[in-house]
Amino acid sequence: MKIEELLTHTGEWLRGEGPSANIVMSSRIRLARNLAKTPFPSRSTKKDLETTLNIVEKIMVKVPFLKGATLFRMNELDQVDRQMLVERHLMSHEHASNPDGKGLLVSTEEIVSIMVNEEDHLRIQVMRSGLNLTEGWDIINTIDDTISKEIDFAYLENWGYLTSCPTNTGTAMRGSVMMHLPALVMTKQINKVLAAISKLSFACRGFYGEGTQASGNFYQISNQVSLGHSELDIIQNINGLIRQVIEQEEQARQALLVQNRPMLEDKICRCWGLLRTARIISSQEAIELFSMVRLGIDTGILKDVNHKALNELFIVIQPAHLQKIEAKKLNSFERDTKRASLIRQKLGGKDV
Amino acid sequence: MQCDICGKKKATVHLTEIVDEQMSEMHLCEECARQKSSQMEQQFGLADLLAGLSQTTPMVKESKEGMLKCSDCGLNYEDFRKFGRLGCSQCYVSFKENLSGLLRKIHGSSHHLGKTPYALKAENPVPVSSSAALLPSENVEGLKKQLQIAIAAEDFEKAAMLRDKIKGLENG
Ligand SMILES: [Zn+2]
Ligand SMILES: [Zn+2]
Repeated sequence: MKIEELLTHTGEWLRGEGPSANIVMSSRIRLARNLAKTPFPSRSTKKDLETTLNIVEKIMVKVPFLKGATLFRMNELDQVDRQMLVERHLMSHEHASNPDGKGLLVSTEEIVSIMVNEEDHLRIQVMRSGLNLTEGWDIINTIDDTISKEIDFAYLENWGYLTSCPTNTGTAMRGSVMMHLPALVMTKQINKVLAAISKLSFACRGFYGEGTQASGNFYQISNQVSLGHSELDIIQNINGLIRQVIEQEEQARQALLVQNRPMLEDKICRCWGLLRTARIISSQEAIELFSMVRLGIDTGILKDVNHKALNELFIVIQPAHLQKIEAKKLNSFERDTKRASLIRQKLGGKDV
Repeated sequence: MQCDICGKKKATVHLTEIVDEQMSEMHLCEECARQKSSQMEQQFGLADLLAGLSQTTPMVKESKEGMLKCSDCGLNYEDFRKFGRLGCSQCYVSFKENLSGLLRKIHGSSHHLGKTPYALKAENPVPVSSSAALLPSENVEGLKKQLQIAIAAEDFEKAAMLRDKIKGLENG
């Protein structure tokens, strides 16, 4: 697959369906794995890094869910290409900024990706739509089992999987859930909820899209502890917490609808109108408007748009995507113009 | 609004950070936010934990730690403390004593309860007679490797079990 082919579709996990898709945008499971006998990437020689990449290339054909997958070598891609992979949530920003010896394996529907030679030799990631960590775990567990038949992983019985950073040691698993919590923000309850989450040693970031502008209504919640609990226990803990947050958000949405329906309708419809008519728009503004439109879909106030269309826009309005679509470098002003026209097109706005 | 870190560029990223139940808001430019987010991702309080750890360690140990070095990759413990990254799987054995406390501080436990790599599932008792059907690392060589690791990690219970198994295979 050539990298441009990614532009013809969006990841399967952005289809906007699945459990609690009205509040949970997506779920991600990540496993870190290292080869037992090769120094971790930060202390690997150039030759070590190349050997690790070649091993991955050789075994990928045997791994389920990776049929037809592509291995991108970072130093064969230019900066915009690499940034595009970051914008698609397939890899970290760190992986793009220092390309030597690094690779990225991407499955056809972008459900699975494997960063090779990031901080650890392998960073396996599975993305699912909605609240679906359990399904994500089933997939990643199968992939990990298959790879572990081919590769000796760094592992100690008492400490589990050994990782470059001791915060990942043990299961080396991180489960993250991207939540959309506009009503908790609007009713000023979000800080209370976030404080409760952090008390339970979960991480919460009011931060959407690494390297792009953020919106306050999207929050990514993930486990911090990876040692001393089984993978399924960790997932159950996250699920339990997320369900509570979902309930709170649902109550807050109800409260807004009951007490303030005309104001909520006005706010949502204005945002919808802005998106369909604006000529110049920053990604920060766009994401804030998307958030309101999303709430409009979930409350039944807006009927001519769905999650999938909106989710796709989240990805393609980012700087590298805009430049790949136009196939040329764009300055900030050109991007804001192109972004606005893409959004109008996608949301059925009128070009006068 | 200007960036809280560099104070130069326009703040476009608004971040909520919670440390010790204290919430703070940060307004950052794109560049500083990137740095900040990768720091948070990677180091979640690690620097603090590492610093805290050295404060509670007596001075005598301090000088011993200064010379502590991984037998495989050559990483100094001092460098690990500075950057928070280990160099290879053997580092976990070389720095075993220090890491044990650190892992407990980070995770509240230092005992793995998650899955086991496929090759090591061979520890489940296997009838010696079916040696032809053994998994790759269930052979004597694989078990000897595991034995070395177990001894290095001072996991004597496991080492004894592996030793018995190797004996069984060699005699069978
Ligand atoms: Zn800055
Ligand atoms: Zn080492």
